[in-house]
Amino acid sequence: MEYVLSLEIIYLIASVTYILGLKMLGHPETARRGNLIAATGMTLAILGTIFLYEGEVPGFIYILIAIAIVLGTVLGWLKAKRVQMTKMPELVSLFNGMGGASAALIGLIEFEHYQGNTLSMTTILGGIIIGSISFSGSMIAWGKLNGTFKKPLRLPKYNLLNNLIFLGIIAFAGYMVWSQSGSQLFLYILFFGALAYGVLFVLPIGGADMPVVISLLNSFTGLAAALGGFLYGNMVMLTGGILVGSAGTILTFAMCNAMNRSLVNVIFGGFGDTDSGGESGTGSKMQGDIKKTTISDVAILMNYSKKVIIVPGYGLAVAQAQHAIHELEQLLESKGVEVKYAIHPVAGRMPGHMNVLLAETNVEYNKLAEMEDVNPEFQNTDVVFVVGANDVVNPAAHNDKSSPIYGMPILDVENAKQIIVNKRSMKPGYAGIENELFYNQKTSMLFGDAKGVIQKLIAELKGM
Amino acid sequence: MTELIDFISNNIQMIYIVILMIFVGVEVIGHVPAVLHTPLMSGANAIHGVVIIGAILVMLGADPDNTLALALGFVAVLLGTLNVVGGFVVTDRMLEMFKKKK
Repeated sequence: MEYVLSLEIIYLIASVTYILGLKMLGHPETARRGNLIAATGMTLAILGTIFLYEGEVPGFIYILIAIAIVLGTVLGWLKAKRVQMTKMPELVSLFNGMGGASAALIGLIEFEHYQGNTLSMTTILGGIIIGSISFSGSMIAWGKLNGTFKKPLRLPKYNLLNNLIFLGIIAFAGYMVWSQSGSQLFLYILFFGALAYGVLFVLPIGGADMPVVISLLNSFTGLAAALGGFLYGNMVMLTGGILVGSAGTILTFAMCNAMNRSLVNVIFGGFGDTDSGGESGTGSKMQGDIKKTTISDVAILMNYSKKVIIVPGYGLAVAQAQHAIHELEQLLESKGVEVKYAIHPVAGRMPGHMNVLLAETNVEYNKLAEMEDVNPEFQNTDVVFVVGANDVVNPAAHNDKSSPIYGMPILDVENAKQIIVNKRSMKPGYAGIENELFYNQKTSMLFGDAKGVIQKLIAELKGM
Repeated sequence: MTELIDFISNNIQMIYIVILMIFVGVEVIGHVPAVLHTPLMSGANAIHGVVIIGAILVMLGADPDNTLALALGFVAVLLGTLNVVGGFVVTDRMLEMFKKKK
């Protein structure tokens, strides 16, 4: 009894650290400490579970657990330490999938032990379904972000098909609970069915929407963990799981809001499809021609400017040009040019990702300007250098009511005196719509990979 | 109907926790700047690694002769650890970047 009591206290402490940690993660000054506090609570809970367990357990089981934990710690640690900053989003997805798989496996093992108990059976099957969807969905999201699956794959009538499969899974699980069937065959049909659904669920969604999908699957895994807590009457799993499930859901909506999209829109299609240029839907063809420019022209232009604002986007992250752009910034500053970065809240591969990337290169914090602060400054700016950003500078968000991004807050770069846009090609951004900014009189296009272009610019500027 | 009422009264504590935690989760995320969305998601990702507790309990309670259960449990503990350790370390690395700026 004494042991159980102290384990309960450890769980209580751990639950508090999760809440506190998550709360502190929401403020820049306390974020890192918050993460450490939650990690400490988790360590306590894990150690407590192992060492305060009541009951006879053969020694070799302890050894197996120790091996699994040591192996997982080493692998997870190395993977997380070595990953490049630009690849972090897909790593988060990978780890999320691991958690989902863990939850599903627990259900698979416990299935035979809780026969005949309707409530426990519902919990177990729920955990298997949600955990499996989270696992296979996260793996697809991971593959999409690291470029394994480039194109969204859409089966005919995929929305209808997916919904039918999902209903089928729920109905089948319901039947299993109702009939009290202990069939292992049924169990594995359910398991593989849910895995397949996870794949089909994420495949049709475009790569650029993966952050939203990962956030959603993140809250799924939280829910799966909570179901495990319900099964065992384990408070720390319950609190941690529900907390993440609820916080993850809110975070998902916040991400959608920042892109002016609804979750339904993300999941059931519309745009979000990086590779299809034909979905513009507005029907209005852009008028006029684009103007191309050269490296040396841009170098001269920047050299004689007073103020340059850099607008980094997805393209910069993909090209891993963050160090190059920092070098360009320092070079221009040494020539007496005032340089700033204008950061759109959803620039990069994930919301806030651009700040992380640029912070990595030691860009001074006061050079990173947020959207609301920097927008009034564009009219006094000589050159705006847009690097791999597209939708976040599209004036259609202001002017074109029929545009899917209408109403999204954007950076008002068109107010600047000159606009240089670096892109690899004229392909539309992930909203799949044309950008009239490129046809603006003041805009010149500088085509090429962001990193290569910036490095050439640096070389050219050094020669001046 | 009686079953539902039975269910609620038998599990009233857990139901309280679930409902309160839902509100806590919503409140905690409330007005977080978009800049921190990525680390926050990553941190939350690490916290749901708490599922590892369940995996450990499965192993501790497993029948020593049930090889399949032990094997699956081993994998579950391994994956859960990856989720926890990888999740917290990657979040720390993201936040380390924010720290340097001052």
